[in-house]
Amino acid sequence: MADIRFQVHRFNPETDEKPYYQEYQFTPLEGSTVLDCLNYIKWHLDDTLAYRMSCRSAICGSCAMRVNGHAKLVCQTQVKNVVRPDGTVRIDPVGNMPVLKDLIADMHGFWTKMQAVKPYLMPTQPPPSANQEYLQLPEAFRLFEEEATCIMCGACVSDCTSLESDKQFLGPAALAKAYRFSADTRDGRRHERLEELIERGGMWDCVRCNECVQTCPKTVAPMEAILKLRQMALKERLTDSIGARHVTVFTDIVGRRGILDERELPVRSLGFNPVKLLGMAPVALQSVLKGKIRPLEPPHKVKGVEDVQRIHREMEDGS
Amino acid sequence: MEYPVHDILIIGGGAAGLRAAIAAAEARPDISVALVSKVYPMRSHTVSAEGGTAGVLRSDDTFDSHAYDTVKGSDFLTDQDAVELFVRAAPEEILQLEHWGCPWSRDPDGGIAVRAFGGMSVKRTVYAADKTGFHLLHTLFQTSLRYSNIRRYDEWFVTALLVDDGRILGVTALDVRSGQFLPLLARAVILATGGCGRVFAFTTNGMIKTGDGMALAYRIGAALKDMEFIQYHPTGLPGTGILITEASRGEGGYLLNAQEERFLQRYVPSRMELGPRDLLSRAIITEMEEGRAFQGPYGAYVQLDLRHLGERLINERLPFVRELTQEYLGIDPVREPIPVRPVVHYSMGGVDTDTEGKTSITGLYAAGEVACVSINGANRLGSNSLSECLVFGARAGRAAAHGAADAPAPRAEVIAGRAADEERRVAAWLTRAEGTERLAALRDDLRHGMERGVGVFRTGEGLREVLGKIHDLRGRLARVTLDDRSRIFNTEWTAALELEFMIDVAEAIAIAALAREESRGSHTRRDFPQRDDVRFLKHSLAFWSREGPRVGYRDVAITRWPPEERKY
Ligand SMILES: Cc1cc2nc3c(=O)[nH]c(=O)nc-3n(C[C@H](O)[C@H](O)[C@H](O)COP(=O)(O)OP(=O)(O)OC[C@H]3O[C@@H](n4cnc5c(N)ncnc54)[C@H](O)[C@@H]3O)c2cc1C
Ligand code: FES
Repeated sequence: MADIRFQVHRFNPETDEKPYYQEYQFTPLEGSTVLDCLNYIKWHLDDTLAYRMSCRSAICGSCAMRVNGHAKLVCQTQVKNVVRPDGTVRIDPVGNMPVLKDLIADMHGFWTKMQAVKPYLMPTQPPPSANQEYLQLPEAFRLFEEEATCIMCGACVSDCTSLESDKQFLGPAALAKAYRFSADTRDGRRHERLEELIERGGMWDCVRCNECVQTCPKTVAPMEAILKLRQMALKERLTDSIGARHVTVFTDIVGRRGILDERELPVRSLGFNPVKLLGMAPVALQSVLKGKIRPLEPPHKVKGVEDVQRIHREMEDGS
Repeated sequence: MEYPVHDILIIGGGAAGLRAAIAAAEARPDISVALVSKVYPMRSHTVSAEGGTAGVLRSDDTFDSHAYDTVKGSDFLTDQDAVELFVRAAPEEILQLEHWGCPWSRDPDGGIAVRAFGGMSVKRTVYAADKTGFHLLHTLFQTSLRYSNIRRYDEWFVTALLVDDGRILGVTALDVRSGQFLPLLARAVILATGGCGRVFAFTTNGMIKTGDGMALAYRIGAALKDMEFIQYHPTGLPGTGILITEASRGEGGYLLNAQEERFLQRYVPSRMELGPRDLLSRAIITEMEEGRAFQGPYGAYVQLDLRHLGERLINERLPFVRELTQEYLGIDPVREPIPVRPVVHYSMGGVDTDTEGKTSITGLYAAGEVACVSINGANRLGSNSLSECLVFGARAGRAAAHGAADAPAPRAEVIAGRAADEERRVAAWLTRAEGTERLAALRDDLRHGMERGVGVFRTGEGLREVLGKIHDLRGRLARVTLDDRSRIFNTEWTAALELEFMIDVAEAIAIAALAREESRGSHTRRDFPQRDDVRFLKHSLAFWSREGPRVGYRDVAITRWPPEERKY
């Protein structure tokens, strides 16, 4: 391997006014992970560098950091796969969390949100007997098998675009955890869980950018879990939220007309709420200017609306 | 000054610590339980356990069979009364975890599945794919959130135990986040700090397993029991030491030497790949020494072959093995054998306790890998240790909860002076004058020295050499200075404190190994190749003293299984 220049985010709150990058240059051993490289820096070049690590085998969740701008477990990342053409690798702390020092982020908010979704089993039936397990078929486990592999590293939260603009959003990790328990056949409080999660900051506030699915170092696919939560909520008739109304109204309009009428959607999703509707005004104006909404055109059906309606029927029968 | 006061303070957020916290909080909802951990609880090394946790759940299995396997596996050095109690309690704990939501792998009928494990004569190891420790730890952590009387101190590093007149009064700790030093007072303290594998260079253990709790107890006069027994796991990845779980052999994997021979037929013919770990590790090292191993960039190795298991079984039961080998070696076990070699894995020894976790210091308990009850004797059977964390974690939690009721409230004025001394000692690291030694270099020397001198095969000469080296290291430690003089998240500072713990623990291991002039379980002396029941059917006890460690012995409790020759 050739020399690599590591550009490492540094910030010591006791001495530095603001963060800066420090460069370290050396040739890593063949097969080194990014964590091995940080350890090399710390143990041989500069022991003031601070970062978290524990298992060094991609299971404890300590070492999520941004490598060239994207969150990864550094202990799982081969350095040769992330060297940029100019021979550099940039390492930052995870995003969407305050920085405590160098590569260490404050995960307090992460834990608070995790705790808010009641991440534990709440059975309402007693176990078959004290010395017997609840039965659970392997297929039933498969419903949440992937979500159960979340190691709480915070990588998805780091790269979540919804969180960037809305600090109240529970975020992908906590919502995936909520799905994991809602989908568990042994749990008895699915309805109550879902009821809380349709509120502001909950399942409807994900903008479905898919970043979390790509960034998750395990196979959790948080956004998919959020979509499954939404389906569950609709099935449980928890439709009284802007997000749920948005989806139902969306489906209804397209079903009737074969096309989305952007004029009808916000009014029916938000309900008659002058304050919120007024808030939508700038977006509406933009849409009119861009031709996305044509205010003067009467509502109409598109040609072939019957086909759209058939697709809808088939989808619904299928589910 | 006002210090935080709790009824029970638990050091460690792994399986043993969390289980103890829940048990204490349940036993006495009126008491306050503090859980202190140097990392967030789910970063504890329990998370890495892959294979499973043992307990008698099936009608084809019996308590006696589990107990006998354990006693025989231990080379007759367990306390048999403790083992009998342990095997009876393990199934309840495993079911309790299920009731809390742990996703144990299932049989097609929906009941809990079991798999084969080394040294176990029937299938009795419960598992959650090959992420058993991960699921177990997350279940415990998440369940602990339901108890409002458990208060967590995440990322707090305990530096010393406070005692007065033989009674525990609390601990001193560093809040790593702020760098603040603070005594935390308690009526009872439970050590659940895990093992000490990092004392060796090549280990499956994560970075944080530096033996802190063993050293903490040792320094205040508690005995370290059976420290010479260090388990080498037969199948670690060369280079990193990352573990390839025994479950891969439980599911049917083969070990092969360079002649493509399943060489274990010459060592453990009746059990083959499912023989106990001490015998397998010795067999592999012998193959290496006799030139029948492969040679690679990290030295000699043998192969673990899973190819005949097929992709489906590997994906379903051993997904993490596939993930690890692909990521760290670029090898797909579905198509290629995995290179492996023996690696330091587990510490059978630890702080001497009874079956309630009590130590010789009033109010101080220990459970999990830091403790030695002993149910593991000279060689632990794989999958017994998670069950041990659950069983004895819960017992220590309950005992401490009830014990705390009679204990006097700790008084700040009694410990103020001692806490101030400890603070000066710890803070001195930040103000030391320029020295000539580097922390990382010293740590490497210690770890490589232990690897060489206290390996699978040992000699008196090698052990004396290690002890000399440790003595030198103590001198060199005084000349180490830190680069980082700040307080907030100073990981160099905590590493220095860990190195001090490691040196104490290493010395206890080496001195006990030198004193045991026999070969038993994981402890093999080339100069004393036989087991010697007349002199050494005994637990060793290492005590700290100003003049250096002192070793004593105590008889083993034998109830039903008299020692016999150990053959498989
Ligand atoms: C790779 C691997 C695989 C394994 N697989 C299995 C298996 O399949 N089955 C099985 O039965 N066993 C297995 N084991 C063994 C088993 O996992 C461990 O023995 C067990 O998990 C130890 O748990 P513990 O609670 O005692 O300690 P740990 O889980 O190690 O926790 C120790 C805790 O103490 C805290 N701590 C330590 N020092 C301090 C300090 N100074 N201040 C504050 N806090 C501190 C840490 O933060 C941590 O929370 C495996 C071990 C390894 C390494
Ligand atoms: S150090 Fe544990 S996940 Fe990277």
